[in-house]
Amino acid sequence: MRLQIPLAITFLVGLFMAVQFFVPHEMFHGSLENVLAWVRIVGAFALVLGIGSLLRTHWDKIRRRRRDWPYSIVTILSFLAMCVIGIGFGHEPGTVFYWVFENIQVPLDATMFSLLAFFIASAAFRTFRARSTEATLLLVAAVVVMLGRVPSALIVMFGDTSVGQYLHANMPDVSEWIMNVPTVAGKRGIIFGVALGAIATALRVLLGIERSHLGGGGGGGR
Amino acid sequence: MNIWDRLLALDRRWVFMGIALAVIIPIITGLTLPLGKPAPPTVAVYDYIEALQPGDVVMFAIDYGPSSMPELHPQALAMVRHALEKDLRVLSVSLNVQGTALANDVLQTVGDELGAVDGTDYVNLGFKVGGSAVILGIGEDILTVYPTTADGRRTRDLPAMYGVSNYGDIALVIDLAASNIPGAWIAFAKERYDQDIALGITAVMATDFYPYLQSNQIIGLVNGLKGAAEYEALVGLAGEDALGTLGMSAQSIAHLLIIVLVIVGNIAYFASGRHRARR
Repeated sequence: MRLQIPLAITFLVGLFMAVQFFVPHEMFHGSLENVLAWVRIVGAFALVLGIGSLLRTHWDKIRRRRRDWPYSIVTILSFLAMCVIGIGFGHEPGTVFYWVFENIQVPLDATMFSLLAFFIASAAFRTFRARSTEATLLLVAAVVVMLGRVPSALIVMFGDTSVGQYLHANMPDVSEWIMNVPTVAGKRGIIFGVALGAIATALRVLLGIERSHLGGGGGGGR
Repeated sequence: MNIWDRLLALDRRWVFMGIALAVIIPIITGLTLPLGKPAPPTVAVYDYIEALQPGDVVMFAIDYGPSSMPELHPQALAMVRHALEKDLRVLSVSLNVQGTALANDVLQTVGDELGAVDGTDYVNLGFKVGGSAVILGIGEDILTVYPTTADGRRTRDLPAMYGVSNYGDIALVIDLAASNIPGAWIAFAKERYDQDIALGITAVMATDFYPYLQSNQIIGLVNGLKGAAEYEALVGLAGEDALGTLGMSAQSIAHLLIIVLVIVGNIAYFASGRHRARR
């Protein structure tokens, strides 16, 4: 029963969601609202589970003195501090919670992401080589798209000459064509492939063939 | 070791230094470079909002965090400004937990400048857990999904929400995101409820969403910092308020440096004879 009941719930709810999507009958509206409310409630509980898992993982790391364990202390203390500040003193603009978000979280998050620019530049210099025809095509397309994104760089490159002005006016169109034609063609193929894979996985879950979402390890069925 | 080999073995800290200077110098000197004509997908978003009538409702989904602020925050500021200047009602929701605070920042900054009133001209509904369930829920009854605003006011009491019960009452949803969340807005809000959708995304995501532009599943797309700068130009933003335009100079020089590095790297690669060694 521990297996059959969750499988039956998965099948019935999945079937309901699929049918209501394609049959916009009035009968389904009320039921859909209830189901969606349940999804949001379950989602909120999942958030609690996620917090529990985060704390347990880091606490375990500290207890066993695993690699980089002092960072886990920072994680737990930061988490607890934000909880106390947010729940105790509110989280609207003007509160301590908001101040911490704006002055600590925002700069930290932005700094982490901005490091990417340095590594991309270094990686491009070291590895972006015209080693084959395909690599050369990719390289040329990348340079054109990059210049199309920043056409003013062409003015810097060629000065305010007729060549600079011509490229400044037309490079974005060439870049836009690359994005609109060859890129979309390739991307659409990938989207179709992913969608077919998603449908196949959804059917496997609904029919109880794929059971990894029920936990307990083991992964897929047959 | 000849000059080409030495170049190929260049310490990457020199590259880091070059990128840092390429970004810092244009920002410090306030360098501004000509933008060129705006891309058609950006103009499509602008034209759509321009054609709306005062009182129409535009919903902004602020689905990004601080890491994507340099590209998406200027977009949000410019588009919210456009909507409020047109006397449209602006609602904001977030499927990213950090988006609520960023939405507050956008709405308050633009609202204060234009004298718009919180609760009447705009309202921040905040973050809800549930992702696609929230998107579908708005299609059924937005007041059930958001009984209160982000700061706890009863939603149904606010003039900004009068007559708004689901997508049928919302003219346009603009999703600003740095993840795959726009895919959920397209799949559920557009396909299930035929809601018109525009996107504001980071430049690296553009390839993912151009197919939806071609198939008319989105009405337009503001793409990265360039899109932000284009939108700022369309709404007539300039000077210190035009964060996208200011950032574009730094981005232009940094892109140019990367292109030069790629070209120099390839010249050194072939001149040093390493391509023959590979064969």
